[in-house]
Amino acid sequence: MTARRDAPILEIKDLNISYYTRAGEIPAVIDFSLTVNRSETVGLVGESGCGKSTVAWAIMQYMGNNGAIKSGSIKFMGHELNDLSDEELRKLRGSEISMIYQEPFAALNPSLTVASQLMEVPITHEQVSENEAWERCVQMLSDVHLPDQQRIMHAYPHQLSGGQQQRVVIAMALLSNPSLLLLDEPTTALDVTVEAGIVDLVADISKKFGTSQIYISHNLGLILEVCERVFVMYSGEVVEQGSINSVFTWPKHPYTQGLFGCIPLPTTDKNAAPLRPIRGQLPLPHERPVGCNFGPRCDHFEAGRCDARDVIMEPVVSSDAIGHRVRCLRWNEIDVGVPLAHAKAKPPFEVGERVLEVDHMQKYYEVHDRSIAALISGQSVRFVKANEALDFDARRGETVAIVGESGCGKSTFAKVLMGLECCTAGELRHEGRDIGNIPVHRRSSQQLGSLQMVFQNPSDTLNPSHTVGAQIARAIKKFGIEKEKSKIRDRVLNLLDVVKLPRDFYFRRPRQLSGGQKQRVGIARAFAGNPSLVIADEPVSALDVSVAAAVTELLMDIQREHQTTLLFISHDLGVVRYLADRIVVMYLGQIMERGTTEEIFAPPYHPYTEALLAAVPIADPEIEKREILLEGDLPSALDPPTGCPFVTRCPRKLGKICDQQRPLMQSLPTGHAIACHIPLEELRRIEPVIYVPPESERLHAK
Amino acid sequence: MFVLLLKRIAFMVITMIVVSVLLFLLLEISPGSVATKVLGPYSSEEQRNLWLEQHGYFEPIYVRYFSWLGNFVTGDFGESIRFKVPVSEVLWPRLGNTVILGVAVFAVMIPLSLVLGILAGMREGSKLDRTISVTSIITTSVPEFASAVFLSALFVFWLKWLPGTSGMAEGFNLKELVLPVMVLVLYDFGYVARMTRASMVEVMTMPYIRTAVLKGLPYNKVILKHALRNALVAPFTVIMLQINWLLSGVIIVEFFFAYKGFGALLLEASLNQDIFLIEACAMVAVFVAVATQTIADVGYTYLNPRIRFS
Amino acid sequence: MRTLASFALLRESWVGMIGAGIIVFWILVAVFAQLISPFDPLATLQPFAKPGTTYAKGGIFLLGTDHIGRDILSRLIWGSRTVLVYAPLATFTAYVVGILMGLAAGYRRGWVDDVLSRISDIILSFPVLVLYIIIIATIGASGVNIIIAITFASAPGIMRIVRGLVLDLRNRDYVAAAQTRGESAWRIMLVEILPNARGPLIVDACLRMGYVIITIGVLGFLGLGLPPPDPDWGGMINETRQMAMAFPHMALFPCMAISSLILGFNLLADGLREISLRD
Repeated sequence: MTARRDAPILEIKDLNISYYTRAGEIPAVIDFSLTVNRSETVGLVGESGCGKSTVAWAIMQYMGNNGAIKSGSIKFMGHELNDLSDEELRKLRGSEISMIYQEPFAALNPSLTVASQLMEVPITHEQVSENEAWERCVQMLSDVHLPDQQRIMHAYPHQLSGGQQQRVVIAMALLSNPSLLLLDEPTTALDVTVEAGIVDLVADISKKFGTSQIYISHNLGLILEVCERVFVMYSGEVVEQGSINSVFTWPKHPYTQGLFGCIPLPTTDKNAAPLRPIRGQLPLPHERPVGCNFGPRCDHFEAGRCDARDVIMEPVVSSDAIGHRVRCLRWNEIDVGVPLAHAKAKPPFEVGERVLEVDHMQKYYEVHDRSIAALISGQSVRFVKANEALDFDARRGETVAIVGESGCGKSTFAKVLMGLECCTAGELRHEGRDIGNIPVHRRSSQQLGSLQMVFQNPSDTLNPSHTVGAQIARAIKKFGIEKEKSKIRDRVLNLLDVVKLPRDFYFRRPRQLSGGQKQRVGIARAFAGNPSLVIADEPVSALDVSVAAAVTELLMDIQREHQTTLLFISHDLGVVRYLADRIVVMYLGQIMERGTTEEIFAPPYHPYTEALLAAVPIADPEIEKREILLEGDLPSALDPPTGCPFVTRCPRKLGKICDQQRPLMQSLPTGHAIACHIPLEELRRIEPVIYVPPESERLHAK
Repeated sequence: MFVLLLKRIAFMVITMIVVSVLLFLLLEISPGSVATKVLGPYSSEEQRNLWLEQHGYFEPIYVRYFSWLGNFVTGDFGESIRFKVPVSEVLWPRLGNTVILGVAVFAVMIPLSLVLGILAGMREGSKLDRTISVTSIITTSVPEFASAVFLSALFVFWLKWLPGTSGMAEGFNLKELVLPVMVLVLYDFGYVARMTRASMVEVMTMPYIRTAVLKGLPYNKVILKHALRNALVAPFTVIMLQINWLLSGVIIVEFFFAYKGFGALLLEASLNQDIFLIEACAMVAVFVAVATQTIADVGYTYLNPRIRFS
Repeated sequence: MRTLASFALLRESWVGMIGAGIIVFWILVAVFAQLISPFDPLATLQPFAKPGTTYAKGGIFLLGTDHIGRDILSRLIWGSRTVLVYAPLATFTAYVVGILMGLAAGYRRGWVDDVLSRISDIILSFPVLVLYIIIIATIGASGVNIIIAITFASAPGIMRIVRGLVLDLRNRDYVAAAQTRGESAWRIMLVEILPNARGPLIVDACLRMGYVIITIGVLGFLGLGLPPPDPDWGGMINETRQMAMAFPHMALFPCMAISSLILGFNLLADGLREISLRD
């Protein structure tokens, strides 16, 4: 393919894509235009079902059986992709346009070695010899910062960690030096600290290879870190586009503004400056309203005007906003109008007596090793230390967050607390009684009701075979709250009111509910027995941003009202900073640091907390953040390091002592404690990871 | 891998022992009825007791079991009541005939069902797919005894192309093998084809196939290199287990066409209460079934690198 | 409710519709056997009559008669009762046993699972027909014994399927929710898990019904089925197959009947599976 040097790499004009299902035609992408210039990175951001991935599949001309491009053009270096023959397309795919996928493990063929999957790219597209292909692949693996390339070439995908797999996929995409790279949520399936490394690599690619990129993500913070321009999509349409600075600093569309109000940025606070959830939920593709798709959820909606006809993109006329366009009839009016204030401040929580005390709790699992070596040496039983000497407490009305990445033992802790597992040693006292060794079937109904859980996965939390009402009613009956049928029913309806769901949801089945609604039912069920302690295991991580904010606020409102203690398990430091009073940071089954939220987010830091803080992307261009990249991946919980668990990746490793000895907790009188060999005084001298400029210096319209 | 092999073989031996115990209990728990079966219903009480005495039937049951097992393992299966010769003299030639039949069936069925299954699964929902799928449902819906009747009516009664029995009275005759093979293939191929299709359809929706297509590989390479290797793991297991099914089918077909094979022998032994022959036949059948299952398991592990290297 | 809904959805799968049609046809035949059967199925009227022969005392042998002169059509009609009583009964009992075993193995895990799995492995390692022949040859041929034999031979297979489904479903959050509110194990198995496994089980039950019909047919064909003279499709084939070279109609029509009924269940299973995959 040849093209003029100054011509755009990709030019999409008035693209319309539909899916054809039994229910009829469903427009997935409407009136979409986009230009990508040479070595530019453009971001597509939006919530689930907004059509952002469909755009990528359309560029690849890979729409599946039921999708089709209805109208519009996609020009790649001046050639119309919609008109290419299968053979011409094949030559383009993987050589000129490459793609990186959401789940690296699924994207790699499980029964072929990395070498055979990589080498076929240059062999197919450039007809090079096997030897040359091998050389090139090894070189490319080293370019994506994978160590020990020869071993990786011979490995099968399942022998690599998630981060390594994604690097292999990236290497595969870059092997033939494409002009355009499509990245579809490339880090969503990865842990935060691993994600940071991939993001860094991706940002490097365009500099190093001059590749143009389209980066698709639901995460505004990531888009900010990687892209130069951004397209915000909502329900099949672009609602706002422009440079990162322009869109992130002066968002014009009410939806974009709303999104920023839903993200727990460091400037939010659960009492003084709570999140502003967008009301309602995403419209289903076949139930989109006439006129502005965002109309029914918009605070600036004007009947007769916003719902009259389809809204088109208009340029924002302003000196700082070159290329900034917005799909809103009223952008000019609302911008000069009252700036969106923070939601109403809420009264602070009252903290009471200790509800939960965790005292040197341990949970080990036995693992039977059945390999020959283990059989011969007699060491066939090993222990996985899922929780090692956990120590912390929680008071009435308080929110304590347990933060950590996969394998850190936070879910195991939840299981022990709920009585689904028994602890190996130590104590776990709830309302003064040790429950660490009382399995769930031996707990009294009062005990069960006072300790409940909100689960992570909305699609799983409710039993698809029973109605919403029946499921809540069962919990009420089981906890002995009410006995009479009519009273149980009243209480169910009451709980539906509390979680702000219509009463007629009583008879609905879970499949008729959206993700956010299911989580609300899950919350209602957990609060059925007036619990003193609720453990919430990533309750909003599977929800879209705008829905998650509403569920988070709801959870805290109920907590505030009932004086409930909330144990909030999460991997997301952003959410945790927003809602937690105190934080416990875990890594490979051990507590690395614990303290109040302020203490955790300011020096002295544990080096892991420091890296974790640096890894979480923040969707605010005015907040400055230090870059810390961790080497390698999380070690397996089956085979943790002998000394400090963090030693394999620690950028501040002292030396042998870290390899050999488990660090002791260094406690401050305030209760802040850090498990590290580095003396506290030294840790205190480290500069903060995040710098939030004072309100007076900020450009933000907030 | 080696441990797995050892484990599977150990399981195989245990299964065989358990089966032998069950069989022994089922058939020889009451010595009286054994004697009746051996000597016939018109034998006298004394004759039976004498026979039982001579054959050690008054020993405790576990002693009897172990001596029976010892004989069995060394190849002494006892004497057939019906044929009045040692069981092994009837058993092995009959088994040989059945092996010929089985090999012929597999030689036709496997290529046929794999090719049809892959073609159907490659493009799910296409006309070819619908045709192959419906055809295989229809053929698997016709039990062996029914297709034997249909095919005999067609090829023997109306067309008069093929012989209606396969007794091989005048030595081996390929023509006599055609109908039994046809009946078994017709019933069995659909199942393997449908399994292959399902596996292929599943693989074709996998993200790694999408990766391969979007890498710019030619379609035939996507199928041959990326899809088949994963899609054929499941059918491999199915094919090995099919040997188990075939053992059932063989009984019907051999009975219908009077083919002198193992299946007909087993049936004859059962209908005539020829206990020593039943024992031998059942043990052989279970051995074949368990052995193929072991091969299937081990092969599955070998074909699947995710299990092989972990 | 959803089970009914998925049967209503069957209208969208023509394969499933045809299957359901065939099954309904045979059920009607069995129910109204008394009304539609032209002759007494046990009466010996006129041996070796070809299809279409007129009977001297009135009536036509539409499908001919068998070697001892019984009307084949009437025997087919009455025989549908046998198969449509025994096949569902045997499938049902096999399912009850298999589901209970599968639930216990999959939910309880541990030694319960080990024991049940080993037992079923051993039963499944028998070639099915060998198992049936040995059982029936030992305990004798009767309706109840056929049901016992089929349950014994099929329950392990059903157990495996149920166990697999339970192993997947037991990790769902709603099961954890039930556990954390202190539900008993049986309630979790029967109320929380089993209803969510019904989709694949209904499809499997249809397929298995086909196999059970084949089994009943095969046993009849091998002379191990229901004792004569009651009409039984497999038995009809057995009795007349010796004459098949000269009078193919005697065996041909029962073969068609049994094949069509099996086809009905297999098509229904395929239709239901297609629908369940759709959403």
